[in-house]
Amino acid sequence: MMELVCPAGTPAALRAAVEAGAHAVYCGFADETNARNFPGLNFSRAELAEGAAFAHRQGAKVLVAINTFPQAGRQALWHRAVADAAAAGADAVILADLGLVAHAAEAHPGLRRHLSVQAAAANPDVINFYAETFGVRRVVLPRVLSVAEIAAINREIDAESEVFVFGGLCVMAEGRCALSSYATGLSPNMNGVCSPPSHVVYAEEGAALAARLGGFTIQRSAKGAPAPYPTLCKGCFTSAGTTGHVFEDPASLDASELIPALAGAGVTALKIEGRQRSRAYVKEVVKSFRAAVEAVATGRPVPAGQLARLSEGQAATTGAYAKTWR
Amino acid sequence: MSGHAPEIPVFPRLLTQPLRLLPLQPMAAALTLVARRLIQRHPSLIARLGGHAAARFAIDPTDLPLTLLLYPHPTHTRIELHRGVPESDARIAGPLAALLGLVHGAYDGDALFFSRDLVIAGDTSAALALRNAIDDAELDLGGEIAVLAGPFRPVLLPLIEAAQRITGVALTRADALPGGEEGLA
Amino acid sequence: MELTVGPNQFFWDAASWRDFYARLADEAPVGRVVLGELVCSKRLPFYQAEIPGAVERLQAAGKAVAMTSLALVTLKRERGLTAELAATGLEVEVNDLTALAHLPEGAAFSVGPLVNVYNEGTLGWLASRGARRICLPPELPPGPLGVLAGASPMPVEVWGWGRLPLAISARCYHARLHERAKDSCQFVCDRDPDGRAVDTLDGQKFLAVNGVQTLSAACASAAHALPGLRAAGVAALRLSPQAEGFVEVCRLFRDLADGRIDAAELDARARPLAPGGAFCDGFLTGAAGVAWSGA
Repeated sequence: MMELVCPAGTPAALRAAVEAGAHAVYCGFADETNARNFPGLNFSRAELAEGAAFAHRQGAKVLVAINTFPQAGRQALWHRAVADAAAAGADAVILADLGLVAHAAEAHPGLRRHLSVQAAAANPDVINFYAETFGVRRVVLPRVLSVAEIAAINREIDAESEVFVFGGLCVMAEGRCALSSYATGLSPNMNGVCSPPSHVVYAEEGAALAARLGGFTIQRSAKGAPAPYPTLCKGCFTSAGTTGHVFEDPASLDASELIPALAGAGVTALKIEGRQRSRAYVKEVVKSFRAAVEAVATGRPVPAGQLARLSEGQAATTGAYAKTWR
Repeated sequence: MSGHAPEIPVFPRLLTQPLRLLPLQPMAAALTLVARRLIQRHPSLIARLGGHAAARFAIDPTDLPLTLLLYPHPTHTRIELHRGVPESDARIAGPLAALLGLVHGAYDGDALFFSRDLVIAGDTSAALALRNAIDDAELDLGGEIAVLAGPFRPVLLPLIEAAQRITGVALTRADALPGGEEGLA
Repeated sequence: MELTVGPNQFFWDAASWRDFYARLADEAPVGRVVLGELVCSKRLPFYQAEIPGAVERLQAAGKAVAMTSLALVTLKRERGLTAELAATGLEVEVNDLTALAHLPEGAAFSVGPLVNVYNEGTLGWLASRGARRICLPPELPPGPLGVLAGASPMPVEVWGWGRLPLAISARCYHARLHERAKDSCQFVCDRDPDGRAVDTLDGQKFLAVNGVQTLSAACASAAHALPGLRAAGVAALRLSPQAEGFVEVCRLFRDLADGRIDAAELDARARPLAPGGAFCDGFLTGAAGVAWSGA
């Protein structure tokens, strides 16, 4: 069966994910060492140790995302996060920074290393470079690849692959995007936040709701219409007389129907995005995907999707997995 | 939570009408007691709020003729009730059912927000911190109120029981008490 | 303070491309030029034949020359191109770590601004692998920038001029704006030799698209940050090519670095040349990237 890797922004979400059938849960510490550094989210050291113990009792794994890029002069914070993850019983760390991968390989050789999607390792040459140089065992593939390209990569690499199947979708190559810091000063790479809520302002303007990020109008929705979070790349803009979603429609990824194809492409693990979502969301999505991977494992069709309501803007896309997306 | 678009129940006017006439002070005092009790039993709530514990949150059930103003302070937690719109740092508005469903893990905050069932204004960061802190605490408001002793219990309990019976709104933890209504027993 | 010309980010026809590098070789007071295709591998065949001539002319003019890798390598053809780079004998500027996989152990290379070098650990590892020079990522704030410039065993370069490269994607926004599939884009990005403006719904100038790349609408300028960069030990400013007036931009920065003009004068004379008509330098002051300290 394909491994289902599920998000946990809080200890409650971790328990919900494990109880709903997650094979592995990924989470992070409550600071800028992880890429979902949102207010009220994430784990203290004690919570991680408790969460790992709970997951292990239920036969699930815990993967700790330390997937921002350590800041010069403050690397010790990231090094300590790796050491504390190991001490808390993490089954693997998910890393993005070259220097941090090198550090983990040297200081914690026994701790399994996964390469985060934030490392944007998008071809066999660079994946094998990480695997051979640093003993990286699994790579989370960037969301820029088609299913055929994923299959081709898996034929050539000496590591497991993990791909996103559900949730928020980055349009840009992850870990290579400074749109958020351009508008707000805070970026996914450095601060673990994209389009941070601290810089979002909503304004009711007559019959419309405008959302601004760092003073830039990202979208304006009619009253009662779906209102996606004002993530920069999902905004509505104007270019030479054309107005629309220049980068991406406010849809979220749903690749549940592609699970058989991804299994055929040699993918080891399926990842669900959403550490910023509630335990209710986690439970619902994990249950649904656990049923899907079980179905695929026994050759049955994937149960029809029931997750539209949970999607951003209530529309779903298969993203880059279909080549036409580009 | 169903996979289909959940119909968020709206409180019938018949039921909310008496609230216009009730004195707010006793209800606010009762709610303050509930909130203090919750924070004592779930210290992680304050820890997760971090710097936002000093913020004032206006919780505005749009189908009720009043707004809660929550000061989540670690030792001086307070809830005020206002008939108008009180000044606040962050305002979270939506049908009471949506707000309670959020607390009890029956609904997902982002999903409610995307569908515009929930509206956030002011300090988005503070509102998000509150939402995440509450989601992690796995609260059970019905249970908390039900075990409340003293003169306050009768102030709130009949209202809540009636509300749940009439509307089917989640007043207890969805995951802990799947039966819902038994949660008050 | 040295001046480096970064790789052209845009799609120009072969004649414009040839003329640009000929003028650069003959007239621009810069010590170092990075050539090649950074953004989209489909553009390369249109001007590839011009590269050897440009390299020769630049070298004959006494300029150091390096070849950039692509910013995002996914296709088999792109992997092949990246492998071939190592065989050109020219210094390779790595802008995707894929290029590193093709460089023999110990081979000298430089590191471009699109590689995530945010800390001493990464910098040190790259230096030990053979890096001889590095251009830091544009979003790096002044504190970490100073730490890295101070700790670096190799010369450190900082983004000095031009629309900022903010993101790279598998999706082509030019094709999307023209309602075309990426595979049949008909090279429509050639219509916008400095990128296509993307404004907000309220008409604020915000971003620019360039095929699969997203840039800032404003033109970054390190003119006002120069004293601080110099004090931090930064060795070079990187000037990013634009279709018109680029040699003049190079001269202005040479004059600024040599103390012949001040930042205010550079602002005044360079503003008419700036793509987008506005400046930003927020990344260099620790603010949002779009902010401008010269206002």
